[in-house]
Amino acid sequence: MATTFPPPAVDNDPTSLIPKKLVRARPLFDKEILGRAVRDSFGKLNPLWLAKNPVMFVVEVGAALTTLLLIRDAVKGAGDLRFEFQIALWLWFTVLFANFAEAMAEARGKAQADALRKTKTDAIAKRITGSGKIEEVTGAQLRAGDLVQVDAGELIPGDGEVVDGIATVDESVITGESAPVIRESGGDRSAVTGGTRVLSDRIKIKITSNPGETFLDRMIALVEGAERQKTPNEIALNILIAGLTLIFLLAVATLPPFASYSVTSAGAGAVPSIAVLVSLLVCLIPTTIGGLLSAIGIAGMDRVMQHNVLAMSGKAVEASGDVNTLLLDKTGTITIGNRQAVEFLTAEGVTEAELADAAQLSSLADETPEGRSVVVLAKEKYGLRGRNVAEQEATFLPFSAYTRMSGVDIRGRHLRKGATEAIIRFVEEQGGRSTDSVRELSDRISRHGGTPLAVADGARVLGIIHLKDIVKGGMKDRIGQLRAMGIRSVMITGDNPLTAAAIAAEAGVDDFLAQATPADKLNYIKREQAEGRLVAMTGDGTNDAPALAQADVGLAMNTGTMAAKEAGNMVDLDSNPTKLIEVVAIGKQLLITRGALTTFSIANDVAKYFAIIPAMFSVTYPALGALNIMHLHSPQSAVLAAVIFNALIIIALVPLALRGVKYRPANAASLLRRNLLIYGVGGLFAPFPGIWVLDQMLHYLHLA
Amino acid sequence: MTAVGLLQIAVYFLLLLLLTKPLGLFMARVFSGERTFLHPIVQPIERLIYRLSGVREDEEQHWTRYAASLLAFSLAGILFTYLIQRLQGILPFNPQGFGTAHAPTGATPVTPDLAFNNAASFPTNTNWQAYSGESTFSYFVQMAAFTVQNFCSAAAGIAIAIALVRGFARQQAKTVGNFWVDMTRSVLYILLPLSVVGALVLCSQGVIQNLKHYDVVKTLEGATQTIAQGPVASQEAIKMIGTNGAGFFGANSAHPFENPTPISNFIQMLMIFLIPAGLTYTFGKMVNDTRQGWAIFAACSIMFLAGVFIAYPAEQAGNPLVARQGVAVAASDTQPGGNMEGKELRFGIAGSALFAVITTDASCGAVNSMHDSFTPLGGLVPLFNIETGEVIFGGTGAGLYGILLYAILAVFIAGLMVGRTPEYLGKKIEGKEVKMAMLALIATAASILCFSGVTSVIHFDWDKSQYLNPASGAPKPAPTASAPATANLGNGGPHGFSEILYAYSSATGNNGSAFGGLSPNTPWYNLTTGFAMLIGRFLFLLPLLAAAGSLASKKKIATTSGTFPTHGPLFVGLLVGTVIIVGALTFFPALSLGPLVEHFLMQSGQLFSMIGFWS
Repeated sequence: MATTFPPPAVDNDPTSLIPKKLVRARPLFDKEILGRAVRDSFGKLNPLWLAKNPVMFVVEVGAALTTLLLIRDAVKGAGDLRFEFQIALWLWFTVLFANFAEAMAEARGKAQADALRKTKTDAIAKRITGSGKIEEVTGAQLRAGDLVQVDAGELIPGDGEVVDGIATVDESVITGESAPVIRESGGDRSAVTGGTRVLSDRIKIKITSNPGETFLDRMIALVEGAERQKTPNEIALNILIAGLTLIFLLAVATLPPFASYSVTSAGAGAVPSIAVLVSLLVCLIPTTIGGLLSAIGIAGMDRVMQHNVLAMSGKAVEASGDVNTLLLDKTGTITIGNRQAVEFLTAEGVTEAELADAAQLSSLADETPEGRSVVVLAKEKYGLRGRNVAEQEATFLPFSAYTRMSGVDIRGRHLRKGATEAIIRFVEEQGGRSTDSVRELSDRISRHGGTPLAVADGARVLGIIHLKDIVKGGMKDRIGQLRAMGIRSVMITGDNPLTAAAIAAEAGVDDFLAQATPADKLNYIKREQAEGRLVAMTGDGTNDAPALAQADVGLAMNTGTMAAKEAGNMVDLDSNPTKLIEVVAIGKQLLITRGALTTFSIANDVAKYFAIIPAMFSVTYPALGALNIMHLHSPQSAVLAAVIFNALIIIALVPLALRGVKYRPANAASLLRRNLLIYGVGGLFAPFPGIWVLDQMLHYLHLA
Repeated sequence: MTAVGLLQIAVYFLLLLLLTKPLGLFMARVFSGERTFLHPIVQPIERLIYRLSGVREDEEQHWTRYAASLLAFSLAGILFTYLIQRLQGILPFNPQGFGTAHAPTGATPVTPDLAFNNAASFPTNTNWQAYSGESTFSYFVQMAAFTVQNFCSAAAGIAIAIALVRGFARQQAKTVGNFWVDMTRSVLYILLPLSVVGALVLCSQGVIQNLKHYDVVKTLEGATQTIAQGPVASQEAIKMIGTNGAGFFGANSAHPFENPTPISNFIQMLMIFLIPAGLTYTFGKMVNDTRQGWAIFAACSIMFLAGVFIAYPAEQAGNPLVARQGVAVAASDTQPGGNMEGKELRFGIAGSALFAVITTDASCGAVNSMHDSFTPLGGLVPLFNIETGEVIFGGTGAGLYGILLYAILAVFIAGLMVGRTPEYLGKKIEGKEVKMAMLALIATAASILCFSGVTSVIHFDWDKSQYLNPASGAPKPAPTASAPATANLGNGGPHGFSEILYAYSSATGNNGSAFGGLSPNTPWYNLTTGFAMLIGRFLFLLPLLAAAGSLASKKKIATTSGTFPTHGPLFVGLLVGTVIIVGALTFFPALSLGPLVEHFLMQSGQLFSMIGFWS
């Protein structure tokens, strides 16, 4: 019976690089989330809460004022109650809609935090005392520096570093990935996270965090948005819209005296009522962006989270939109993580088929991607089917660092493959002798950036397998997109400059850093920053930590060490370095969404003026009717239509705020032209038909 | 519109375009401390001034010290101007004896409020005139107080603009320059040489320059007429070049001794825009990218020409009600046609409309025609120009720092839409800059709207009215009644409202031109417009200096294709849009009750007579 192996995973679809696990994929308007958001929007009416948002606070004060006057008029039996009631109602709706937007954005995070909290159980820890004895304590009693022992089947009681042993660990709580990972002492895979479960073996862990400060705790807080602080850009935008609110407050507050003069002079009409003035104010102040601003920020964080990246702050997400230079590790980011066999080069007197056969046999039990790629190449190129070696009496020799080769002993044959030097030594031990041609082949492959893998059958060297770095499918396009966005991509590799140059050219990166040491990386980042560029990078090892900390955006891999995770400002739970590119796009999308809605919000005002100003002075100055270009039915319907439009536009734009505006990589000038056209010019004209339709409806429903 | 009129506008713009680069380059060299052709003559004087005043040329100032120096300097100017006015009676060069017992009949007394108004006006580059020079002030006051402040306030404006430009040009710097050095250089290398040349050219056209007693002549009809004299040319030149705008005479540049010929008119218009336009190039040069300067120049040009081509046709079309009376309003070889009310025949409609647009684009405020007599749309243009903050080329220095404020806002709002933290000239625009830009906008909007609002409705009881706002012209109210501040408007209805709005816009914007109609020399108007000027000047420029300090301390971000380009047509359009939309959104309600409704009413046949409607 033959066993086939799947072809090596060459990823052609860039979006599939990103598994979405941390946040359960939910539709935008999930029922549970919706219910929660509606409830929360009422809770957020609390003025103390709303005071943080000056725009919506002004609307709430206006709504309250209008309501009070409505009550007064109702008691006195004066005024146009039907009009005042509707204005008050829609002003309250305006506040509620804005609250709803924020609540929607938060609810998604809260639902996720609840799910995470459920997994957080208080484990019993086996603490190793100073005298080496083991005592049982609760996880909450552990402090940084404690040593614990964890056996198979037990939960790891807190964040820490493996100091002794090796074990498989189920980290699905954090990553959503069910395949276990290996954690061992020393090296870059020593970090373990509290709440994950040891599946096999026993490890000793040195605890590195105190209760309440663990990775899981931080994750819950981040997902929930409890620690959310306004980002620098959000603060600046808040200042802008608060300033605009103040200017419009001045414009509206000075209208009564202006109107009073006009009324006296024209001898007709009256100064506009408070309800009308409040309506004008609410229509003018940037309620659209004011209502959606925090939702945009939360949703941006949420989108990062959906890509299974944990951003330590909104600032980091924002900074990723500003990045000018991306440092991309070659292995795993630009190239698929592993080298692949691309050709068989034979020694003299050996046929390719013979070499392929030996190479395949020696690799059948080799589960490494390189090994599998040899099997696949043999099958594709020479039609050799995979064979079920278990049926044949075969002994497999796994790769060891000592021998630097692996292979199989089958029916008296000793097939080996490995580093060229190791194979030559093996052949010589077996009494054979290698040929110079094999060495030459091997050197040639090395020079061109490949990895040679020699194959021997007993005392005979059969030839060389050429293993090559394979640039990920679509990578060149993505690098091109980055360039269009004005982002330089730099490939970081430990390879020699020659190899690096070959791969850099193939991937189309702008620059590369060969034989890079951690210090080289750090210096490169500092140099870029000194020239005014913002740098993003990924890293996992402890020696990456200084560079991760120095970079403006440091994406640490979850498989990496605690030091790396703490130095970076984002952690990728899937440990997929390519995601850096997605994170940059999300950062940009976040900023674009803010800018677009601000522009839209301000541009909308023009139409509202045309609706409300003629209505306000319809009696005093009928001549101003010339400004009523929408031909609205009555002053009441005009004001109401503008207020309703203003409220509805918030709710209509909630999906846009949560999803972010569509972002296509392009240079700044074309992005701006496109967005200005849609949100600037669109924002200028869109309200005209909108208000007109609402006016028609109000008229036919006899509401005004 | 006539061919000659259009030609005049075209030639004007072309000349301005040609002069921008050489002057801009020269100013950039002056403020960068490079040698120019004037250095052999001027530098010894400059050095002497520093030695005498103890200023150290190479000592730079943090923005707070720069601002403190400016404030101290302005305060000294205010006190100085106040005292000279009040003491003119005992000071020399006073052939008419103003402020003495021998003052001519009909002379305007210099009350403390009027002196305060002027003391606020000249050092802030406003030059609002609640007086007529020829019947109020001695030659000494005109020369030592007003002309000196014309130089000082213009130089201070340029200094601040240069400090802001340095904020963009420098990186990680603590200082923005030295106010005293920038000031001195502005005066010595730029304003003085240009004024000397300008004054001589104006003299060649017939502008007078003397210290004589007023001429008294017998007219053909046998009546006696007093013809005012004075050192006019020397003040006229800096009045234009420094975008100050206070006329030597009450009639300002409509007076034949100030502006005698169409050629002097053309030269005066050019003098107004000369430095503001040149500074756009200086800006580009100093930030090492002249395209940035040209982008600003282009944005200003678009708004300037748009204003011209609204005001000029509106004036040329004139009042439809006049045409309905059978009066020929079309331009012909023998008559200008259109609306000639309040305009000088020697300038015609194009020369007047163009002047009105230029003087309000810049914060000049000189007038050669009465804006009050413009058609509603024609009058809307100057009013709106002022309300944009006078950034369409703008005042000397003030225009540049004003439009850079809008550039900061435009970049901030639209810059987000390219998906990066907005940056302008490599400087990130963050909370601090936005805050400062908004503070400046809020201060000016508040001043214009609040003062106009209060003045529209305030009533004084009879006693206070007699002091605060003694009605001129209108019949005296009964002793028991209260009197409104609107009592001394020249017209009723929306036109009267425009007069109020224009007064406070002009004062706050440090323009100084008057719509006319309003009689402003009362304590109420003198005090309120005086405060409006101080707010409009200092609460606008202090935030900008703070922004300059913050920008200077920042790192310059590298430019990539991901950077929002601020030199192309897209940015120019965006900047124009921001200026117009911010201005329009702030003032639309007010404007709709003034010139807009007046326009519609005029279309429907209603005018507002000069008879006070309160009577």
